[in-house]
Amino acid sequence: MSGTSLFLQIAQAVVLVLFAPIAAGVVSTAKARLQNRRGAGVLQPWRNLIKLFGKQVVLAENASWIFRFAPYVVFTATIMAASCVPPLLVHTPLSLTADVIALVALLALARFFLALAGMDIGTAFGGMGASREMTFSALAEPAMLMSVFVLSIGAQSTNLTTMISHTLNTPIVLQPSLAFALVAMLMVAVAENGRIPVDNPTTHLELTMIHEAMILEYSGRHLALMEWAAMIKLTLFATLIIDLFLPWGISIDASLAGVAMGLVAWLLKLIGFLLGLSLVETYLAKLRLFEVPEFLSTAFVIAFLGLLTHYMLEIGT
Amino acid sequence: MRHKANTWFAERLGDQGIRTTYLSDHHPAHMPCLEIMRLEWKHAAEEARRLDMRLVALWAAEAGCHDQDQHARQGLYAYMAFAHPDHRHALLRTPLDAKNPQLPSIASEYIAASRMERHMADMFGIRIEGAPDARPWIRHEHWPQDALPLRKGFDAQSPMAVSSDCGDYDYVRSTSSGVYEIPVGPVHAGIIEPGHFRFLAVGEQILNMEERLGYVHKGIERAMQGRDAMEGIRLAARVSGDSAVAHAWVFAQAAEFAADIEPPKRASFIRGILCERERIANHIGDIGAICNDAAFAFMHMQMQRLREEMARLHQEIFGHRLLFDTIVPGGVSVDPDAKQLARLKWQTTAIAEEVERLRSLYADHPSIQERVIGSGVVAIDDARDIGLLGYAGRASGHYPDERIEEAYSPYDELEVNVPEGRNGDVATRVWVRFEEIADSARLIGEMIDSLPDESCSLEWRPPEPGVSGFAAIEGWRGEIAAWVRFGEDGLIDRYFVRDPSVINWLGLELAVREVPVPDFPLNNKSFNCSYSGNDL
Repeated sequence: MSGTSLFLQIAQAVVLVLFAPIAAGVVSTAKARLQNRRGAGVLQPWRNLIKLFGKQVVLAENASWIFRFAPYVVFTATIMAASCVPPLLVHTPLSLTADVIALVALLALARFFLALAGMDIGTAFGGMGASREMTFSALAEPAMLMSVFVLSIGAQSTNLTTMISHTLNTPIVLQPSLAFALVAMLMVAVAENGRIPVDNPTTHLELTMIHEAMILEYSGRHLALMEWAAMIKLTLFATLIIDLFLPWGISIDASLAGVAMGLVAWLLKLIGFLLGLSLVETYLAKLRLFEVPEFLSTAFVIAFLGLLTHYMLEIGT
Repeated sequence: MRHKANTWFAERLGDQGIRTTYLSDHHPAHMPCLEIMRLEWKHAAEEARRLDMRLVALWAAEAGCHDQDQHARQGLYAYMAFAHPDHRHALLRTPLDAKNPQLPSIASEYIAASRMERHMADMFGIRIEGAPDARPWIRHEHWPQDALPLRKGFDAQSPMAVSSDCGDYDYVRSTSSGVYEIPVGPVHAGIIEPGHFRFLAVGEQILNMEERLGYVHKGIERAMQGRDAMEGIRLAARVSGDSAVAHAWVFAQAAEFAADIEPPKRASFIRGILCERERIANHIGDIGAICNDAAFAFMHMQMQRLREEMARLHQEIFGHRLLFDTIVPGGVSVDPDAKQLARLKWQTTAIAEEVERLRSLYADHPSIQERVIGSGVVAIDDARDIGLLGYAGRASGHYPDERIEEAYSPYDELEVNVPEGRNGDVATRVWVRFEEIADSARLIGEMIDSLPDESCSLEWRPPEPGVSGFAAIEGWRGEIAAWVRFGEDGLIDRYFVRDPSVINWLGLELAVREVPVPDFPLNNKSFNCSYSGNDL
């Protein structure tokens, strides 16, 4: 592995992490425009983060070390997950070790600490948010794995780099199983990132919150890390979906030209994805809480159908 | 006397052997005040309940200047007001012993009486006999034991001492191990008024929700004492800022009844226009906010925009975005010219049309409909028992509307269509608001078209000392009732106002039983009761 290639591999993870707040800004600006508002601009999340990093941390009296520790664990685990998912270059620093199962596990680790932190202070909202988050993630994770497995069977691997290379190397044929997997993956992505119709990231109503309820007690740099991690997670999921289902344009070799090409392609696809998300978020109201499990079970069933379709229609040929 | 005396209730009570004395220093005659004996207080309430009257309000007052002559000692009086759809309002009062005031509770007849009785106990130290709920209401734990703010001799000028022996409010609790409590407020994440909600929940299902209000107690009743009518109405408009017009109107009307003044027709038409505009603006804002609580932000933004347009025109024509201080005793303070009226009418029509377009969008959207339909149901029997007012009552099929029942000017010349809901859920409460917007827009058009051309106010002259007046006005939340009594020099001696929220808050507690916890904000917004109007 040459020095340039290693540098580019690390650089792409940094690009993803730094671009994540802008991606969140794109969604909120697009939503504002769709509501006939001007919006605060795509850089607003960055401004918020910088402001929060400069602020003092206010801790509850009965906060334990878990509460102080959690933002760093959540942020690190999310960055680790992000560096498994290549936006520009197929090979990543962790591409040899990290596969999709590890990715799901890293996200689960982040979630575990998030839920612990939510319960640590002992307020009703934190506990409520944690209980909701864990209930839904128990349903979301299998659905996510199931839809990834649809692709893994073809590539004979759960390693992302191998899976992307496989997709790039096979001729483009219409595979119905991929359509199922894509739908399931989109549904999971919405739920995992706490977007409408599952959760509302902009609400001020404590009783309706899921993700926000857990970080309600955070302030200053702790809050900044938590929010940044959430933004990275959104970009991560968008990139994962792009990688798995629309990888064309991603660079295979570590050349500067190839990476520049990859960057343009990634940005275009990502912004397309974010605009689609804003459309959905504008169009839909939030689901009733008791319907979220149904929503996620549907995602699982669709992913499972994708798996069956793959066996029935695609393996034999 | 312009008004025909209303003897219906006195006759019905007489049939039951309850002797009543008609008070001649109370106006208007069609909403009479009858004095009864304290022993017959509960019997009279039972009789009112049997006659299908609804409880309007329950309050107390120190004796006025007339009363002192009669009794030659400082006494207290308890008042209660009832209303019948066909026979209007009737007030009953009974003298209480000043040293050791006691009053039998009527909460077993009228659920809504309980909180009003607790308010009386907090403010006057009246002992309510047989009260189902003896906890304090407005009096929070840190108040000194002997603080009775509405009794003579209470020092309202210096800050109250803070009691160190606070104790805790005795919330409804559950001993079951699966039930947990969620305390919410009084400080909330959004920009709303302070109030505390205590939930008992199993999983995500609400078993019971209890309200703890009083955090915005400002001492309005006490602050009103000693003001003249001109200053008083400024304070009255600020009882609950979103119903500034209706609260000012009810004050003005009660004072005008007491002083036996009839404001010019043009004034009451302009008051009607202002009140209907206020109704439209608030309904628009609330519909948007309800949709926003279900994360359907598009409606919220559109409704905000429409509301803002109304507020800007209000600022331009009436000098205040929320129409504060537009109504004065004797008339109105702003007289719009023909051009302004034409703009007002044009904008009302335009906004009503746009609301209709947004309404079809809302009604055809399964995602939002799915949230509002069937959530937070209040059955008609419950609505009647509580006496729910305004849109909350109408959604459940209980529709008292003072614009029809009381038909005060200008509504005596207009036909008001009241929407009649049945399901009593969030969707119906929203539907009622849409219907009311359309009807109010029509009323505004008709009022502007038939606006009489004359002076828009009379000179205010205060009534004789000791004279009281009672009025009921249909604000956007529902009926607001007010009773005012004047003392020496035309200064207000006692002002009591009952915002519809006092009663409708009970409806919310009932509606959210067995509703999932995250659906509470949606329900809360669909009632949108005033904290300030309740806490006074």
